[in-house]
Formats: sequence, structure tokens, C-alpha cells
Amino acid sequence: MAASRLARSSAGGGKGSSRAAQVLSVQIATFVAVWAAWEALSRSGLLFEGVVPSSLAVFPAILEHLLDPVFWDHMGRTAYEVVAGFALGASVGAALGLLLGMRRFLAAVLEPYINYLAATPKIVFLPIMMVMFGVGAGSKIAMAAISAFFPVAVSVYRGTLQVNPVHVRVARSFKASQWKIVKSVYLPSIVPPLLTGLRLGLGVAIVGTLLAEIKLANKGLGYVVIQHYNFFRTADMYAVLIIIFVIAVGINTLMDRLATRFSHKV
Amino acid sequence: MKLSTIVGLAGVAALAVLLEILIGQGYISPFLVAPPSEIGVELVALWKEERLVEALLMTFGSTLASTGIAISVGVPVGFLLNRVRLLAEAYEGWIAGLFSAPLILLYPLFLVLFGRGLMTIIVISSILATIPIVLNTMQAFAQVRAVHLNVARAFKLTSWQTFWKVLLPAALPTIFTGIRLALIYSMISVVAIEYLVVLGGLGSLVSDLYDRYNIPGMYAAIVAVIGVTVVFFKLATEVERWLRPV
Repeated sequence: MAASRLARSSAGGGKGSSRAAQVLSVQIATFVAVWAAWEALSRSGLLFEGVVPSSLAVFPAILEHLLDPVFWDHMGRTAYEVVAGFALGASVGAALGLLLGMRRFLAAVLEPYINYLAATPKIVFLPIMMVMFGVGAGSKIAMAAISAFFPVAVSVYRGTLQVNPVHVRVARSFKASQWKIVKSVYLPSIVPPLLTGLRLGLGVAIVGTLLAEIKLANKGLGYVVIQHYNFFRTADMYAVLIIIFVIAVGINTLMDRLATRFSHKV
Repeated sequence: MKLSTIVGLAGVAALAVLLEILIGQGYISPFLVAPPSEIGVELVALWKEERLVEALLMTFGSTLASTGIAISVGVPVGFLLNRVRLLAEAYEGWIAGLFSAPLILLYPLFLVLFGRGLMTIIVISSILATIPIVLNTMQAFAQVRAVHLNVARAFKLTSWQTFWKVLLPAALPTIFTGIRLALIYSMISVVAIEYLVVLGGLGSLVSDLYDRYNIPGMYAAIVAVIGVTVVFFKLATEVERWLRPV
């Protein structure tokens, strides 16, 4: 993010380490304050008992879930749905993005429709997916695929627009085949936008899958969350949500690092 | 009208006719895909019998309310973070992290806190929408050119005048990019939670019609959701274009 670089570069010149210490202490203070507010709220009696569980109940619940083989079963199901759907949606999306980048008229025709559908809440397509692929893993894989498709297609398409048309013309005048042009001219310059698209796509695929599992499923992390909710096991619900958040943010950070490294190389 | 628009519309029409024929000839089951003609009929039925207008107004209202709250919280917070460097350095990474976190999954937690009602929808949607506004507002004020501020100083403007006459106008286009994102985000979040929890609005209508196995009705309601998306998308793009200096 450009603003963070700005913020960092303007941070008081030679006093780098004391500045870092100040930042860290603000972060720690915030963390402690939020935690204390959480605990205070849960013990205050302002809310019905159990609405906001104490962190002392949530942390053991996290451990309990992580040690439970059944929970890993649910995690495996969700991982399977996300990976299968993401692989499908991302590869079709990347192919379409590349095609649109190379066929400008087709892009002009399809662009408004892609923009609208990309902004549509994908979850409303879940009933169609359930009608077509059943209420099991099939409809969740389809949700992950639809979710991942749009960010990947849009990123790759925008990436191909950055390709210098002169390079394409040079390749053409050397009578390079269409495949050769894709491989040697387009692919190298779309790696960074592709990686960004994959990061965004994987993020929304995770959300799409989990929301679908919350709506209707008998397995998966989303199902576990909504079961805890239905039986008012709030501490367990917080625990599973925290686990999901750590995984999702972790994956996002990893993909972000990968994208940064590649865009420096190219 | 541009040629590409005409070709696009013709393509949509051709696709509708093709589907109609394939379904009529029995190649695709009408229980999987509703024939386009029936979707049209059902849209009228939804309007007359299922209170489509009420659902539309509810979804529109919740989205606008969430975006409004997000603007009134996000812009001041973004400005504050731009002024107080220490806070910006401490929090920007966290806010960017939240931006990519699946916040919408927290809705069961908000259901427990705020009950099964409109309140839950608006609270979570406005939180989701606030994040892009904060990030864009920070960036917007950071981008204001030093030359402009120097001119303001040369004319001895008060800090109040500098804010209203120089800083805000310069920052507005980038802030609006955040607002455009916020509008789309809150719409997605509103419809998704309506669909998941069935609290009224367009999302609930889709869920309801599926539960009743009214397949053409369900398709019609989904078409209505896409229609709402198009309206918000165009609205946001137009206002952004109007605000952006050429």
C-alpha cells in the first residue's frame, strides 16, 4: 500500500528504533485495551449470560477443537471444496482474462456484463448451484469456483492491457505462432496481476464456501459454526471463527508475499 | 449506442432464445434452469404477490444506511490517521489485514449480540464498508500536493480554511473511490445476510422461493438482485466520474 510506505518514509529520520518502539507500544496498548474491554463486557452483566463469552472460555475451546479429529475432518472437507472450486474457477477465469486481453472487441462487448456480475453478491447463486449439483460438496465447489472466477478474470484482463502492443507486433512480424505470442509476450507480464487475482480469488472462494456451508451442509467449518450458533455454544463459535480468521489471514499474507517476490523478479 | 453495446445486447437476447429452445425441446430440464420467458412472467408475479417492491426498498435502504454510517465514521477516522502519524503506523497494517479478512463470517456473532433483525444487517455491513473508506481517505490526504499547501500558506489561510478550500477538494476523488467500494461492499453484505438469515429483503426472497421449490420465481428474484447490483454500480460510477477532475 502506497500510504504505508509514505507513512514509514516520513517517520522521524534517525530515531528509527525509538519510533518502532512507540508504534509497538501503541499496538500492544490497543491489543490489551480491546482484550480488557472484551473481558469487561463479558463479565459486566449488561448482556445476557453467554452472549459474549470470556476469553478464558474461548482459548481452551480453540485448543479443544484443534485436538479433536472430528474437527479436522470438517476442516478437510472445507479445504477440499475450496481448493477444487478455486482451481476450477481460477483457471477458467485466467483463460478468459487472457482471451479478452487479446481480443479487444470481445472485451468491449463482455466487459459491462463481467463488471456487473463481479459485483453481484455470489451467494444468491447458491440455490441455483444446489438445484444443479445437489446440497453436498458439489454446490460448495461451484460456489468457490464462481467466487474465484471474477477477481482472477478481471486481474488477468487488466494485466494483458498493460502489455506493450509494440511487443506483440514485433512477435507477429517475426511470424511467432499465437501460442508462442501468449507464452513469450503475454504470460511474463501478467504474472504479477495474475498473482494478485489469485490472492483475491482464493480469499473470496474461502468466504463463498463457508457461507454456503453455513446456509446448508452437513459437514465443513461453516457447518460447525452454525451448529454452535444454533445450540448457543458461543465460546465454541468464537473459537472456530478465530481459527477460520487465522487461517484466512495467514493464507492471504502468504499469497501477498509470493506476489511481491514475483513482481520484483519480473 | 456503441457497436459493442449492441452486439452485447444481441448476444444476451440470442442466449435467452437459445435457452428457451433448449428447454422447450427438453435438452435442459426446466427444473434446473427456468425458461427466460417464465422468468419475465415471474418477475411480474413477484411484484404483485411477493411484495417485490417492499423487498427492494428494504435492500436499498439497508445498503444506503450502511454506506452512510461507513462514510460518517470512515472519513473522520481516515483523516485522523493521516494527521496522527503514530496511529497510522500502528494501525494501517491491521486495517489492511481486516480488509482481506472474511469479516462477513462474523455475522452469527452479531446475531447473538443484536438479535435477528435489521440492526444486525446494518451493523455488520457498515463495519465492512468502513474499511475501504478509511484506507482510501488516508491515501487521499497523503496524496495532496505540497505545492497546494504552500499556496494556502502563502495566502495565510487558517487551518480551517486550508481544510475546506484545499485539503478536502484535493482528497475528494480518492475518498470517493473508497465510497464506491463501500457501496458495493455493503450491498453484497446486506444481500448475503438477508439470504443467510432470512430477515426480509431481496436475499430472503431468493431463499424463500428456493425453499418453496418455485424455480422460475427463484431465478426471477436472482435477476432482481443482479438488477439492483447494476443500479448501484452505475450510480457509483456516475457520481465518481462527476467528482473526478478531468
